[in-house]
Amino acid sequence: MNFTRRQSILTGLGAAVAAFLPFRAFAAVEDNIAEFTGGAEPGSGGITLTAPEIAENGNTVPIEVSAPGAVSIAVFAAGNPTPAVATFNFGPLAASQSASTRIRLAGTQDVVAVAKMADGSFVSDRKEVKVTIGGCGG
Amino acid sequence: MADNVKPRVKVPKSASAGEAIVIKTLISHPMESGQRKDSSGNPIPRSIINRFVVDFNGENVIDMTLEPAISTNPYVEFSATVPESGEFTFTWYDDDGSVYTDTQSISVA
Amino acid sequence: MKRAYAPGRSLVAALAIVAGLAVPAMADPDEDSLVINGDIEIVTETAAPAHLDGISTIYSGWRFRGDGTQAMQMDDFDNPGMLGVAAAEEVWQAVDGSAGESCASCHGDATEMRGVKAVYPKWNEEAGEVRTLEMQINDCRETRMGAEAWGYTSGGMTNMVALLASVSRGVPVDVAIDGPAQSAWEAGKEIYYTRYGLLEQSCANCHENSYGMMIRADHLSQGQINGFPTYRLKNTKLNAAHDRFKGCIRDTMAETFAPGSDEFIALELYVASRGNGLSVEGPSVRN
Repeated sequence: MNFTRRQSILTGLGAAVAAFLPFRAFAAVEDNIAEFTGGAEPGSGGITLTAPEIAENGNTVPIEVSAPGAVSIAVFAAGNPTPAVATFNFGPLAASQSASTRIRLAGTQDVVAVAKMADGSFVSDRKEVKVTIGGCGG
Repeated sequence: MADNVKPRVKVPKSASAGEAIVIKTLISHPMESGQRKDSSGNPIPRSIINRFVVDFNGENVIDMTLEPAISTNPYVEFSATVPESGEFTFTWYDDDGSVYTDTQSISVA
Repeated sequence: MKRAYAPGRSLVAALAIVAGLAVPAMADPDEDSLVINGDIEIVTETAAPAHLDGISTIYSGWRFRGDGTQAMQMDDFDNPGMLGVAAAEEVWQAVDGSAGESCASCHGDATEMRGVKAVYPKWNEEAGEVRTLEMQINDCRETRMGAEAWGYTSGGMTNMVALLASVSRGVPVDVAIDGPAQSAWEAGKEIYYTRYGLLEQSCANCHENSYGMMIRADHLSQGQINGFPTYRLKNTKLNAAHDRFKGCIRDTMAETFAPGSDEFIALELYVASRGNGLSVEGPSVRN
């Protein structure tokens, strides 16, 4: 295969871009979601993921998930080395299918919540959280 | 068992029958992710709380799976329906096999 | 010279408007007010003490944080720093050392110590020195209890300082800067305005001249220490004021002073005095 000069430059650029992408693991989160849904593509609506637009520190990011009528809700961080974050399974005495916790994010990335509904269907919501880097490297 | 692991829970003292109450829980735990290295470059092994279960009078409220992406000192807030007076049990499961529990009574007027 | 920084700050804000950037992120402290547990009212903004001539209003660092971080300090259950306070409460009651005493044997309940944190660092006549609360705690441990001194910024020490801060929450900081404490205060002031390190930055460059502005993605505060010890989201533990000083000086790429050194004791007295009038609010929550 012969590369033209232009192709070589483009290939080089692509490699450079790939090298600078902070997270190469986006495929992994899709695998995690597929594992949770058994391969079903989640719909939208009926689930709310609340997360800050900008987190002051990635070590402790408050999030809340809510999906009325859900059996369980799984949370994933698309850009973390391992995307799984938590799964909430709601029992008969859960007053609402919602919960809050604090999570770690390795950088700016999408957080994804997927709910399994009582009828076996799946819905998801996704929020980008920008993780800031402090002034003094903190 | 990780050092100084201490559960804290916040449950209202009383409620009316069938009322939805908010419960907050916090347990002191480092949640060592397994992703970090010590000063000599050796990986620090993972050591986390991996499961948290809340029951009321033997019936389940929430059963949560925790991964290393949960922050140090895991905090969980959720809501429960209280059909009658009774006792909440809170159970945290550590990677090292330790189990930490707390209980909290609530009276229904 | 009052608010000498103001023109520059306005210019930055104006440029941000022109560029269509998020202005609030570049702006002064927010307008939120802090009440802890729906009960303890915290003064987070007040007139600067008379001895400050570079600033007219002082603000708690809480006012520079995002809503999520702020909320964690508004309820003791949500504040992970209170884990350290709870641990110290047990230590407070526990007998330690050859004299068979606990903190409680002399002082009673920790709540009896309300107001103490607000006046430290403080001149100790007997010892002829300015003492931080850490020094006083270790003096109690060694002299009264016959117990071993704690490391200056050890976990046990920082927890104990957090306990004493927590029972003083809402009390205005009021450290004395005159009389026998004056020379230490002057030494601390000298350090505050000295440029350190390869970056040639003084405390004042960031925390007096540039507070409210962004240093990369961080909203610069006035560097007040009324909220120490501070639970930082960054390292998920309680942090002592001297460790924060050390971090700041290190970040200028300088050799830093040691926690517990004469330099940091003097600096703590001076920086505390810049917050005279703000409430004690430790253990606070910061990023």
